[in-house]
Amino acid sequence: MVIGQKGVFWKVSFRWFGSHSTYSSLLGSQGLIGHWLKQEFGITIAFTWVGAAIASAVMGFPLMVRSTRLAMSQIDRKLEMAAQSLGASPWRVFFTITLPLAVPGIVTGLILAFSRSLGEFGATITFVGNIEGETRTLPLAIYTYTQMPGGDMIAMRLVMISILIALSALIVSNLLERRMAKKMGRI
Amino acid sequence: MLDIHIRFARGDFVVNVQQKIEAPVTGLFGPSGSGKSTLLGLLGGFIKPDSGRILLDDVCLFDGIKKINLAPHLRRIGTLFQDGRLFPHLSIRNNLTYGLNLLSLEDRMIQLNEIVEMLELSDFLDRRPHELSGGEIQRVALGRALLSSPKLLLLDEPLSSLDMRLRQQILPFLKLIKDEIKIPMIYVSHDMTEIKYLTDDILMIDAGRIVT
Repeated sequence: MVIGQKGVFWKVSFRWFGSHSTYSSLLGSQGLIGHWLKQEFGITIAFTWVGAAIASAVMGFPLMVRSTRLAMSQIDRKLEMAAQSLGASPWRVFFTITLPLAVPGIVTGLILAFSRSLGEFGATITFVGNIEGETRTLPLAIYTYTQMPGGDMIAMRLVMISILIALSALIVSNLLERRMAKKMGRI
Repeated sequence: MLDIHIRFARGDFVVNVQQKIEAPVTGLFGPSGSGKSTLLGLLGGFIKPDSGRILLDDVCLFDGIKKINLAPHLRRIGTLFQDGRLFPHLSIRNNLTYGLNLLSLEDRMIQLNEIVEMLELSDFLDRRPHELSGGEIQRVALGRALLSSPKLLLLDEPLSSLDMRLRQQILPFLKLIKDEIKIPMIYVSHDMTEIKYLTDDILMIDAGRIVT
């Protein structure tokens, strides 16, 4: 729940402040947060791959939160009560009962977020640009090659790679889910 | 051993119980809607009484005036639920030891092998809950509750989801537990023969009050 609310908060906040100038003024190397991060940890976000990863994470996070929340809300509260009656503190109940039972939902969320970031375009190009070898993600590369004369074939190859990655993610998620369901006797 | 003085009201329904319980096994008998399950919830810490006091072996579990309300996991009250409630993601062995592993060595009154032997569970240890029948699930749930070494064991209609044949199979185990392991029990049922098989100390509950 806490994660969920935070997730929504961040999402809304990012929408609210979602202009390029805000990103740069906050996270750019001269910006409020960006400057502090560079000073304290030596991390540069703006126009680096770290920034691209953060942009993707921010856009994909709500999807993960949603399915995790759904999975947790479907867990039988009676099982948590049983664990408490056996002497488990609320934290222990969370980590030994609630969380493991929510794993299939969390995995689904991870795959959704991953797929979302595989197609992430807007936030990346706005925030960290399209720098070859640094922030050029698959979608940005596809875009770049379709804008180039004679780049269609390369773009097509990249599209194929993108599809392959998405498919493999889906297959892995299905396999994991099946394994969990089998373990708990749902199939 | 158990000293209950509590009042709890929700709308028109009022549970008002003043009772000392000393017997090793006490049967709690009453029709459905009489407040049996609510009383167990109040004892286990899952429902908060409006006022009163609950003492278990001189440990205060609840006191309305002193504002004491011990959390369920600190009460050392085990419960055998009607539906077993085994954890589906854990093996039978890990279900059994769930409460046991939370105890310090000196607090462990019973060991795993004793329970496995007494309740004849050795064939299931590496299986999962979904592979067990209803009667087997209840035996494991009983073992799991006992292994958490509770100071009081509440049995909330533990046989009501089983058919007659299985009930006859489980009842001797309960009697064995009563005779071998000295954990006080409150056995809730709406079946008088079941209760009488285990004990002669019977409390009747009706409309939220103990009537005998």
